Amino acid sequence: MAQARSHLGRTIAAHAVLITYTLIALFPVFVIVINSMKSRKAIFAEPLALPRSDTFDLIGFTTVLQQGDFFLYFLNSLIVTVASLFFVLLFGAMAAFALSEYRFKGNTLMGLYLALGIMIPIRLGTVAILQMMVAAGLVNTLTALILVYTAQGLPLAVFILSEFMKQVSDDLKNAGRIDGLSEYRIFFTLVLPLVRPAMATVAVFSMIPIWNDLWFPLILAPSEATKTITLGSQVFIGQFVTNWNAVLAALSLAILPVLVLYLVFSRQLIRGITAGAVK
Amino acid sequence: MAGVTIRDLRKAYGGLEVLHGVNIDIADGQFVVLVGPSGCGKSTLLRMLAGLESITAGTIQIGDRVVNNLAPSERDIAMVFQNYALYPHKTVAANMGFPLKMRGMAKNEINSRVERAADILGLKPYLDRYPRALSGGQRQRVAMGRAIVRDPQVFLFDEPLSNLDAKLRVQMRTEIRELHQRLKTTTVYVTHDQIEAMTMADRIVVMRDGHIAQQGAPLELYDRPANTFVAAFIGSPSMNLLPGVVGAGGGSVEVDGTAIAVPPRQGMDPGRKVIVGIRPEHLSIASSGITATVVVIEPTGSETHVVLRLGSRELTAVFRERHAFRPGDTVTLAPDPTVIHLFDEATGDRIG
Repeated sequence: MAQARSHLGRTIAAHAVLITYTLIALFPVFVIVINSMKSRKAIFAEPLALPRSDTFDLIGFTTVLQQGDFFLYFLNSLIVTVASLFFVLLFGAMAAFALSEYRFKGNTLMGLYLALGIMIPIRLGTVAILQMMVAAGLVNTLTALILVYTAQGLPLAVFILSEFMKQVSDDLKNAGRIDGLSEYRIFFTLVLPLVRPAMATVAVFSMIPIWNDLWFPLILAPSEATKTITLGSQVFIGQFVTNWNAVLAALSLAILPVLVLYLVFSRQLIRGITAGAVK
Repeated sequence: MAGVTIRDLRKAYGGLEVLHGVNIDIADGQFVVLVGPSGCGKSTLLRMLAGLESITAGTIQIGDRVVNNLAPSERDIAMVFQNYALYPHKTVAANMGFPLKMRGMAKNEINSRVERAADILGLKPYLDRYPRALSGGQRQRVAMGRAIVRDPQVFLFDEPLSNLDAKLRVQMRTEIRELHQRLKTTTVYVTHDQIEAMTMADRIVVMRDGHIAQQGAPLELYDRPANTFVAAFIGSPSMNLLPGVVGAGGGSVEVDGTAIAVPPRQGMDPGRKVIVGIRPEHLSIASSGITATVVVIEPTGSETHVVLRLGSRELTAVFRERHAFRPGDTVTLAPDPTVIHLFDEATGDRIG
C-alpha cells in the first residue's frame, strides 16, 4: 500500500508540474485568442476578461480578411515552410545516412562540421547571405527564403537523424544489398520508414522557427508578393497607431496552419514511440 | 549449385590485419561451419564471401567464377542473418518473394516458389502476416524461406540461432540440417557455439585470431585436435589440459608429482615440457592413478559433471554412472591411456 501511495503521490506531483508549465506556456496564446474576439475598447479595459456579448466583436478578423493580400501571405508562409521542411528532411536524412552507414576518411570531422550550425546562429551571416542573394538575383523570391531555411534546419536534422540511423539494423541493410537493392532504395524503402519518428521530431523542431521567423522575410523578401504571414501582420503595427484587433486576429489565424502541421507530425511521433514500447 | 574456393584471403582495416591468409575448399553441397570465439574473424570471412566486406588480398571463387569484384546481388548467394533482417513493412509472402521481384521474375513464378518454400518450412498459415506478428522461430523460418526461394548456389548463415531460446535452437538446428539434406545446397554457417558446429557440420573450420586453427570433420576434430586451442574449444565440458614433463623412458608424463601413463609416440624425449589432454569422459574411478579432491558436483541427469582439484589445478570428469560423491571427498581417477592427447607446451601443437 505504502508503495502504491507514494507512486500515486509522485504521479500527482509530476502532473502538477506539467500542468503548471502548460498553463504558463499557453497563457499568452490564450490571451491573444480571447482578445482577438473583443472590441478595441474591451481589449484595453479588461485585457484578461473573456469576450462577453457586449464586448464580442470580430472587427479584427474582418479587417484582416478584407485586407486582400492576407491569403497570399498565408500561402507564402505555407509554401516556404513546407518546401524548407521537405528539403531539410530529405538532405538531412541523406547526409545522416552517409555519415552513419559509410566508413570514409574524415567521417567524424564531416559530422562535426555539419552539426556546427547548431551552435552558430545563421543570422550572423545575414549580410553575406543578402549579398549572395542579390548577386544571384534571388531577392524578393520565396526561393531565397527556402534556401536559407533549409540551411538553417540542416545541422539539427543531420545531428538527430544520424544518431537514429546508426540504430537501424545493419543486417537489414545488408539483406537489402544481397537482394539487389541499390543504395538509394535501401535508403528510401528500408531506412527512412524505420526512422520516421525521428523525422517527425526533426520536422517539428525545424518547422516552428521557420513559420515564426520575421528576420529573413523582412530582409530577403519584403515585397508585397512574397510577404509571409508574420511579416504581413506587421502592417497593422504602426509607429503611432496599432490596430490591435487586427494584429491579434492575424496572430490567432497564424497559429492554425502550424497547429495542423504539428498534429500531423506528432501523430507520427506518438505512433513511433508506442510501436517501440509494445514490441 | 557450386563449391566455394577461398585462396589466401586477407582482410585489413587500415593497418590492422584481421584475416591472415585463409585457405578453404568447400565441395559442392557441403555443409561447412565456421566456428571460433568472438573476434576470430569468422563473421568477417562470411561477409567477405557475401560481398558485404571488401577483399584486401586473395581470391574467393564460387563455382568457377572469381567473385572478388561482384556486388552481393550478383554472387548468386543467399544469406540468413542473426536478427532475421526481415523487411518490417512487408508481409511474410512479400518478404520471401522480394528477392525474386527484384530480379524481375514473373508474378506467378514468384508465387509458386513462395508457396513451395512456405510448404517446406510450414509457413503456409502465416503468409499474410507481418514479421512483427511472428515468434522468433517463425521469423527465422521466414528468413530461411527468403533464402530458399532464390535457389542460390550457396547459403550463408550468420549465427542464425543466437537469438532463439535453448529449446527452439535445438529444434531449428535439426530443421536446418534436414533442409540441407533435402536441398543439398552448399552452405557456409557461422556460429560461436561448438555444439552447433559439431551437430550440423559436414566439415568444421575452427578459427582463431584470423587464422584457421584446424579444419576437418567434426569427429576428426574431436578425436585428434591439432592444437590445445581446438582441444579446449571443441567438446563440452572442455578437455582437461595439464602441463607436465615427459618422464624417463618416454612412457609417462609427470603432472604435479603424479605420473600419467601415455602410449608411446614420436617426439617423447624425456624432460620435454608437454601438455597432457584428457577428455572429461575418459576419466574413470580406479584404484590407482590421479588423486584429486571433489569441489563441485553438477548432475545433468544423463551424466554427472564433477569438478575436482588436483594440486593448484582444476580437473573435470564426466560420469554416466551415479557415484555418491560429496564435495571434499578424495577420489582416484585413471585416464583411458589409448585416448590421451599430448601437445607441446611452447607451441600448443599436437604431438604424435
